[in-house]
Amino acid sequence: MHELTQPLLRVQNLHCAYGARAVVRDISLDLWPGEVLAIVGESGSGKTTLLNALAARHAPTSGTVAFAMRGSGLQDIYALSEAQARLLARTDWGFVHQHAADGLRMNVSAGANVAERLMALGQRHYGNLRAQAGDWLARVEIDPSRIDDRPDTFSGGMRQRLQIARNLITQPRLVFMDEPTSGLDVSVQARLLDMLRMLTRQMNLAAVIVTHDLAVARLLAQRMLVMQGGVAVETGLTDQVLDDPQHPYTQLLVSSVLPP
Amino acid sequence: MDQPEASSAAPVRDPHINFAYLDERTKRMIRRAILKAVAIPGYQVPFGSREMPLPYGWGTGGIQVTASIIGPDDVLKVIDQGSDDTVNAVNIRRFFQRTTGVEVTTDTTAASIIQTRHRIPETPLQAGQILVYQVPVPEPMQHLEPREVETRKLHALQEYGLMHVNLFEDLAHYGHIATTYDYPVLVNGRYIMSPSPIPKFDNPKMHQNPALQLFGAGREKRIYAVPPFTDVESLGFEDHPFEVQHWDHPCEICGARDSFLDEVLTDDQGSRMFVCSDSDYCAKQQALHTPPNTLPPETV
Amino acid sequence: MTPTQTPAPTALLDMQSVGKQFVLHLQNSTALPVLSGFDLRLLPGECVRLSGPSGMGKSTVLKLAFGNYRATSGRIWVRDTDGQQIDITQADARTVLHLRSHAMGYVSQFLRVIPRVAAIDIVAAPLLEGPDSGFTPAQAREQAALWLTRLRIAPALWQLPPATFSGGEQQRINIARSFIKPRPLLLLDEPTASLDPENTQTVIELIAQARAQGIGILGIFHDAVVAQAVASRTVAMHSFQATP
Repeated sequence: MHELTQPLLRVQNLHCAYGARAVVRDISLDLWPGEVLAIVGESGSGKTTLLNALAARHAPTSGTVAFAMRGSGLQDIYALSEAQARLLARTDWGFVHQHAADGLRMNVSAGANVAERLMALGQRHYGNLRAQAGDWLARVEIDPSRIDDRPDTFSGGMRQRLQIARNLITQPRLVFMDEPTSGLDVSVQARLLDMLRMLTRQMNLAAVIVTHDLAVARLLAQRMLVMQGGVAVETGLTDQVLDDPQHPYTQLLVSSVLPP
Repeated sequence: MDQPEASSAAPVRDPHINFAYLDERTKRMIRRAILKAVAIPGYQVPFGSREMPLPYGWGTGGIQVTASIIGPDDVLKVIDQGSDDTVNAVNIRRFFQRTTGVEVTTDTTAASIIQTRHRIPETPLQAGQILVYQVPVPEPMQHLEPREVETRKLHALQEYGLMHVNLFEDLAHYGHIATTYDYPVLVNGRYIMSPSPIPKFDNPKMHQNPALQLFGAGREKRIYAVPPFTDVESLGFEDHPFEVQHWDHPCEICGARDSFLDEVLTDDQGSRMFVCSDSDYCAKQQALHTPPNTLPPETV
Repeated sequence: MTPTQTPAPTALLDMQSVGKQFVLHLQNSTALPVLSGFDLRLLPGECVRLSGPSGMGKSTVLKLAFGNYRATSGRIWVRDTDGQQIDITQADARTVLHLRSHAMGYVSQFLRVIPRVAAIDIVAAPLLEGPDSGFTPAQAREQAALWLTRLRIAPALWQLPPATFSGGEQQRINIARSFIKPRPLLLLDEPTASLDPENTQTVIELIAQARAQGIGILGIFHDAVVAQAVASRTVAMHSFQATP
């Protein structure tokens, strides 16, 4: 049934502690191409630390995070050289921040923001760079005529979509997202969620999305991991975890959501 | 002791100050930095910049480099924006005359050391000459990435996409690359360097130059170098390559068509004239084209 | 029946002694038993009706089969497109997702979608799943248009999100998106509940056509007339009630 024999991302016994305080405890998971995993939990659950540990932004205290590199199989990302790790972050990975300003260069144009990764990879033809940037702006539903405008003239939703374009232009296989729709207006969230859903399907993207919003998890993720106090208390298919929660904390979370 | 001297009298070597002002250990430290810089063309070497008798922003880096390499047999030329006669050039030259007593000159071909602010002389340099540049901001990516921890990493990993982001922005906003001075260059195929605020017109002169080119930034405490006969390439895009400036006029004093021209306003009505920025070059061109008895008065 | 290791090889769905109880931790861990010892074997071309009053666990059976609920005991075998039988009570998430994409479809009573997505795109979505789905967006929308027409959704509504549609219209969108990409096993939860006689008839025809193609259907049909028209046999829920 499955052609692949190894996952895209393999996490084993991940443990992150700040001194004596354990923030992420013994987390293991496999992520396969095209899978979207939501990490859900409340403030202080350790979900952001976990995301950063997976994305090579925060070294764990123990345990391994391995990524299937092109042409060489599963490799411990913390064993990579700095040059390799930075190259990975620019090409095969994406990271979408909660606040778009953290993931964009606010003082250069939208076009330059989107094309930067290509320039970093050595592309030197201005006309081509500009054309590719324009294509991607259209794909994330930003009017291409705004290619020369700076992101500080964009709305929050537009900035977030610009950030997505900037990350996806190198066709990454894995994207990390930290609360990608928090702070946006509800109507804007819906459009962004649908766009993310479409892009992940079209590009067969794997994604790890941290969110406190169960509705976002249900719409975007096929799999879900519920964190409480640094521990993964429940994991499984998103609809199963939300519709048939087993763990007391999951049941509490699900029942606490206010219906509109 | 500090009586204002008559402008026609050459400054006298002050015996109470060490040769070239700096103590010998400081000179050795700076020379070690220079050697390292020469060994790694275009790489910014940190050095212990000393307190000099003039504030930051007035050429303290260039002065420290010159002070570390100058010897009693050297012949020194100092220019500022191409001219030997501006306030800065005059004062820096006087400084070295008082602290070293070396011979000074305005003739580019006669100098062994040329300290310059923001221009490269028009007259081609020879092997054995040293050009010392005064540098305000040594980091070419500073305005895009202010964190030095990050720019050091970018240089180390040869991650220069950001430089092209800058050029991309220019093309997007102006249709052409708008940077006309301090135009970034790739040195020896490895490091991207700020050539100091020389006009981009001068950039090609850096390429495969027989002279040693040294760069000193006093405030930022960095020294870098381009050894003789090194490749220096100005950045550009495949479809928008690097281009130098051109003028429609010749120099109105000497008639030269191949030098960098300054635009000089001559009255309140907006009259202007275009004159060579390199004063020594202009004087030489005049001498070539005019019979000896009829030299026009020199204009600054 | 005690669960055996090997399920019937031709069965599309083989549920063996399945039990389900909910444990409500927020109410002092009260146990809520729903099913006990549920057996069902579904073969290609069958349409099995689950019957019984509400609260007997009919929807629960469908959700267990789809992997939406987790069985407390027993085995649930689903046949993959390559003929392999997979026990979804033991399978990992990836495997169940694969089965949902290729081997089984589920039509719930409620249409749950992202707001602000047009009806035609909702219906077209199953054809665009994955990078090698075989359809371009334009082609998928063409197919979706055919299905919407068949289920008599007015073209004026196609570009609108279904949130403001009537219950019946939403149900028809639900049906369209389930039938547009046929899978060997189809789980239907009250597919005609909100439909008028005309559209009910269409659904009856769709079910008949599906059965003729060898698709197996497990469904809940409250309407006795519909049940009569579509079901090849009935399973009564009352014999599988769990005693608390």
